[in-house]
Amino acid sequence: MLDKKQLVTIKGTREGLILFIDEACSFNEAITELHDKINSSKPKPDEPIVSVTVKLGNRYLKTEQEERLREIISTENRFEIYAIESDVVLKDDALRWKENSEVKIVNQIIRSGQVLNITGDLLLIGDVNPGGKVIATGNVYIMGNLYGIAHAGVNGDHNTFIIASYMKPTQLRIANYISRAPDYESEGVYMECGLIDEEQDKIIIDRLQVLARKRLELNGFERRIQNG
Amino acid sequence: MGEAIVITSGKGGVGKTTTSANIGTALALMEKKVCLIDTDIGLRNLDVIMGLENRIIYDIVDVIEGRCKLKQALIRDKRFEFLSLLPAAQTSDKTAVTSEGMKEIITELKQEYDYIIIDCPAGIEQGYQNAVAGADRAIVVTTPEKASVRDADRIIGLLEKEEMMESPRLVINRIRNHMMKSGDMIDVDDIVQLLSIDLIGIVIDDEEVIKASNKGEPVALTPNSKASIAYRNIARRILGESVPLQSLEDEKGMFQRVKEFFRMGS
Repeated sequence: MLDKKQLVTIKGTREGLILFIDEACSFNEAITELHDKINSSKPKPDEPIVSVTVKLGNRYLKTEQEERLREIISTENRFEIYAIESDVVLKDDALRWKENSEVKIVNQIIRSGQVLNITGDLLLIGDVNPGGKVIATGNVYIMGNLYGIAHAGVNGDHNTFIIASYMKPTQLRIANYISRAPDYESEGVYMECGLIDEEQDKIIIDRLQVLARKRLELNGFERRIQNG
Repeated sequence: MGEAIVITSGKGGVGKTTTSANIGTALALMEKKVCLIDTDIGLRNLDVIMGLENRIIYDIVDVIEGRCKLKQALIRDKRFEFLSLLPAAQTSDKTAVTSEGMKEIITELKQEYDYIIIDCPAGIEQGYQNAVAGADRAIVVTTPEKASVRDADRIIGLLEKEEMMESPRLVINRIRNHMMKSGDMIDVDDIVQLLSIDLIGIVIDDEEVIKASNKGEPVALTPNSKASIAYRNIARRILGESVPLQSLEDEKGMFQRVKEFFRMGS
């Protein structure tokens, strides 16, 4: 029995415990062994909480398997799961990631009554006329006049923003924030961006230069992937 | 083989019917064979403006339902031999007209006529669909008002989705020069920039148009009014001539010119 390969290895580091789970064995075997190991080392109630990182290697966990794992590690222990890391992702997830982080180029005028729905970032070459609407899960870049409605981060991403060569929108929407044009006649602005200002808790329109400070992640190519 | 042009606008009351009547008349003046079709079932007007109301015996619904031949329903204009009108039905059920029925009629008319001008009803429902179905290209009529431009934009969006159709062209109707100058009306350039389609003509808001319509004689027949010249220019542009846009300025009277001369000296 002693020469049997260990399925679960625990390693201590300064940040906490790292739990390696063998990638070749069956999930049930691993869970049983993990259960035994964890139960054998019952901590005292006054011990500090230890953060645990689980490394799965080339193993993919289904949602219910992940829940089971969390249950075993977290209950009756002073462990706290910091992260569960796996080297593999589902093809669907990967494609969705790609879709969400891509810039889609559309060359069209969005006229009154038309709606353009995009997953990822939208780069529109053309105008959004009054009554027209563009919606994206990511950022909205418009090389043209924005007179209609633009909605960035439609799935709730507060860090998204809207840029247009000329901006005189009916409404700007970012995530769940909405701002509308003033009731008095006003001039539009050239080369500006709309983004959520956390301090004022509303959408503001500002010069493009502020993006460099407020949206640092924009410079990184894989920002969305990192954000998960 | 003729060409079918639909005159449309989305919004009502911008001058679709007047434009149809006048473009048709102007083309007929240039010795083209023209057939006008009124597709506004239940609210026909084109016959009134053309002054042909009293000649209607059959209408478009009769043709589609087979109660008469297409030739029988066509009304020959009292002024031009090769200008005809296919009137809309005033009472019949408007669901009788279908896109297929319209296409058939237009294909048949194309054999005979150079231009088929289709007067479209307001709105974007079935009536619009029917009017657009058989057309080769479209002329969008708008006035320099926000609501009208908005609807024109909507219609252009719909027309662009239509297969087999060339990019629509724009007529800006009812321009009042003094209001445009003072900025109370949207500028021609701004409208063209927003809608971004080719402009085929601008027509000044002219009292003569109303007078002529009431007499049942399209304004294009009277040689001197500004609107008449505008419509004739549009017809020439349809034929492919390049005609410069009409100046919006009023012709100055003698008195005005003398006044300006003296002001220059002082």
